[in-house]
Amino acid sequence: MSQLVFYLFAVLAVASSVLMITRKNPVYSAMFLVLTLFSLAAIYVLLNAHFLAALQVVVYAGAIMVLFLFVIMLLNLGHDVEPDVRPLIAWVFGGGLGLVLLAEVVVALRSTEAVADIDLLSVWFQEKGAVAGVAEPLFRTQLVAVEVAGLLLLVAMVGAVVLAKRKS
Amino acid sequence: MVGGPLIGLLGTVLQEGAEHAGEFVPFLPAWMILLPFIGFVINGLVAYTAPERRKLVSVVGPGVLGLAFLIAAINLVLIAGVHDAEPVVRSYWTWIQVGQLRIDAALQIDQLSLIMALVVTCVSFIIHIYSIGYMGEDPGYARFFAYLNLFVFFMLVLVLAANFPLMFVGWEGVGLCSYLLIGFWFTQPAKAEAGQKAFIVNRIGDFGFLVAMFMLFAYLGTLDYQSVFALAPSGFAYGGAAVTVITLFLFLGCTGKSAQIPLYVWLPDAMHGPTPVSALIHAATMVTAGVYLVARSSVLFALAPLSMNVVAIIGGVTALFAGTIAIQQYDIKRVIAYSTISQLGYMFLAVGVGAFTAGIFHLGTHAFFKALLFLASGAAIHAMHHALHHAGEDASEDASQDMRNMGGLRSYVPTTFRTAWIASLALAGVFPLAGFFSKDEIIWSVGARGQTALWIVAVITALLTAGYITRWLVMVFYGQSRVSDKARQYLHAAPWVMAGALVVLALGSVVTGWINVPEALPLLPEFTWLHHFLHPAFAQAEHIIVEHVGEAAHVAPFGGGEGTWAIASTVAAVLVIAVVFQALKDKKYLPASESAEPTGIAGLLYHKYYVDELYDLVIVRPFKRLCVFSWRFIDQGIIDGALVNGSAYATRFGGWVLSRFQTGYIGTYVLVIVLGVLIILGAVTL
Amino acid sequence: MTMLEESLALSGVLFSVGVVGVLMRRNAIVMFMSIELMLNAVNLSFVALSRNVGIEGQLFVMFVMTVAAAEAAIGLAIIISIFRHYESVDIRKFRLLRW
Repeated sequence: MSQLVFYLFAVLAVASSVLMITRKNPVYSAMFLVLTLFSLAAIYVLLNAHFLAALQVVVYAGAIMVLFLFVIMLLNLGHDVEPDVRPLIAWVFGGGLGLVLLAEVVVALRSTEAVADIDLLSVWFQEKGAVAGVAEPLFRTQLVAVEVAGLLLLVAMVGAVVLAKRKS
Repeated sequence: MVGGPLIGLLGTVLQEGAEHAGEFVPFLPAWMILLPFIGFVINGLVAYTAPERRKLVSVVGPGVLGLAFLIAAINLVLIAGVHDAEPVVRSYWTWIQVGQLRIDAALQIDQLSLIMALVVTCVSFIIHIYSIGYMGEDPGYARFFAYLNLFVFFMLVLVLAANFPLMFVGWEGVGLCSYLLIGFWFTQPAKAEAGQKAFIVNRIGDFGFLVAMFMLFAYLGTLDYQSVFALAPSGFAYGGAAVTVITLFLFLGCTGKSAQIPLYVWLPDAMHGPTPVSALIHAATMVTAGVYLVARSSVLFALAPLSMNVVAIIGGVTALFAGTIAIQQYDIKRVIAYSTISQLGYMFLAVGVGAFTAGIFHLGTHAFFKALLFLASGAAIHAMHHALHHAGEDASEDASQDMRNMGGLRSYVPTTFRTAWIASLALAGVFPLAGFFSKDEIIWSVGARGQTALWIVAVITALLTAGYITRWLVMVFYGQSRVSDKARQYLHAAPWVMAGALVVLALGSVVTGWINVPEALPLLPEFTWLHHFLHPAFAQAEHIIVEHVGEAAHVAPFGGGEGTWAIASTVAAVLVIAVVFQALKDKKYLPASESAEPTGIAGLLYHKYYVDELYDLVIVRPFKRLCVFSWRFIDQGIIDGALVNGSAYATRFGGWVLSRFQTGYIGTYVLVIVLGVLIILGAVTL
Repeated sequence: MTMLEESLALSGVLFSVGVVGVLMRRNAIVMFMSIELMLNAVNLSFVALSRNVGIEGQLFVMFVMTVAAAEAAIGLAIIISIFRHYESVDIRKFRLLRW
């Protein structure tokens, strides 16, 4: 059953991502990306990463994509967009490169040793609970990284404000 | 009349007294070299700063040489007093020390070097005095004496050096001074070119000297005379390839410096220089450096009989060759120039058959009478030039030096005339003048060693010599004067400085022969002083020759002893002189401007067998083409164009190509990144 | 529910699509979105593998998201600045670094 769900969302993700890169209107592209992100969130749930799924929806789809849409709207790119689509031959070439990349990734994965199939996560989450299972190692062993990430966000915020400010 | 025996007497006396003293201690040897150098510095400074101060130059120039001559004379007397004195080597500082090679700035004082030094300083001194008069009105007076002093300095370095490299320093130095002095009046292109020609032709010879030195060092590991000559007999196989090649290369240097075939072509052109220069450098001293080299390296040459044959043959052929050219030259100095080449040939002939002492003997006597002949020519030219100039006629060099414009000068320049006669007789080898003794000894030695062909050549050349010098005398001093009446009133005798020098040299031409009178001559007391004096210098070489070739005979090729042939040669010379004199004294010569150029055989001789033209065609022109080719094609084309400019262009082009990558377009960069990732991934996974 | 192989395959596909998007599109914002897609593909990989490797996989995803957020903010701010100058976000116009 869950396999079926997985495939469903997988197909959805792929389809919407392909649609995303082919739309002329950047607003449509953004919308399709949101759809892709949602699909991924669903897959995270299936993979026993509940907290991350929630985070994906809230942060990625909810904040980052909103930011993207803000900027698109701000720059008034919705309406008169320049013809942005390349000729077919370019798509063939690009698609070819993508396929080569895919092939190489597949080969690389196939040649690695199989991982022992032990389900560590279920035990983990059962012991700790969904949120605490992620939060506890985060704030215990990876505390420094968390603090640095916080600093990073602060810098990004300041930077964004400074860069986007209109020079008066 | 007493000069020759006097030296010998003094020597013998000192010999007796000093036999107990044992060793020869040189007297201020370094000053022989230093004095001329100081003269050069002082005169050079004067020339550079205050060229008009002639009095100072007139004193310093000859003065330092007079002192040098005194020192040389004292040393000679000292060394003559010690029986078979050993050479004394005084080392002043270490010049080069690299690995096994050690060359000192060292002087070797022995019999051979002192005889040479004495001849050099004596004749130089006299010529310096002469130059005071001859160059008296020249604006470059101080410069002239500076160069002259420098020349003597280098010449003395050459003869007094204790090793080959230091000798080479002197060798090159005299070449340089020769160039400077030949082209003394360098503002005239012909003279500047003559100086260049001398230097370049000499250089070819210098190459030979250098190669010989390199080989000597390679084989023997040393370049000091003492060491080389001690090691040579054991270090080289007798007649082997090594020593033959070395000596042949040394001889190449000699043909350059001493104007033998094939490198003699510079000497006639060198007559463009002032006459004192011709007298000093191209008669008495520099050109004898080659003979000195062979004499000094007698041991090496003795070990290479093939080389000695080459030396003798070239010497003989050159003597005959130059003699034939001399009979058809019209320039007063050119006749003497070719005569010099011819007499140098005699000297090489002598050392080539192993008669080293005879060669040096002739070197010494020749210095005096040849210098005298040149200085007499100079006096005649001086008078002619002065006369033509004041008469408003063409007083150029061609006009004042052409014998066809002269004639009958004997009443105008009496001292010159008389001394010229003495020199001519000495040159022709008439008893009892100097040339007789030295030349006869050479001819005798050649015959005594069994070289019949060369002996005949030497005899014929001797007769030719008498012939051309008589022609010279007659054309200049006798006959109807071809000087115009207007100019004739300005002809005047030489000033006393010049005349005095002529007289002293004439004296030398008479007495210097008497230092070696062989016993075979009838009526004369035997006085073989020179042979005994120089014996230690050549003993080793003579020993080697005797060991391998045998003793010299005592009979000439066609029978008769030394005395017989000596008398015969004098008689023959006198006969030739008389015949030529009689034939030419009434001949009507036309002045140069009206004379036609000789044709036929005479033309061939007049044009010096067209050797210069041949050299130009075969060597100079192809070489010039090669130079132009190297310049245009190799230097400009390949090196400048392809290599230097080309590599710059290629670099710029490469840079331009690479710069095309910087499109500034993000799309390109992304593409390149993706491609790079693909490649790396591919390399890792596959 | 071992979806490991499928998840990794999906991750690869999404990544490739993202690369093609970056290559092909000329709109700067859409290129940026393709990059976000690539990041998500990698996140999927991490999450899929964390089942076998441990919780670190998911922790890393958190940090990736953080960085993605920061990067999106700054990147978009830059695009706004550029837009103000060029009046367009077409990357063909940004040629100042040309040779």
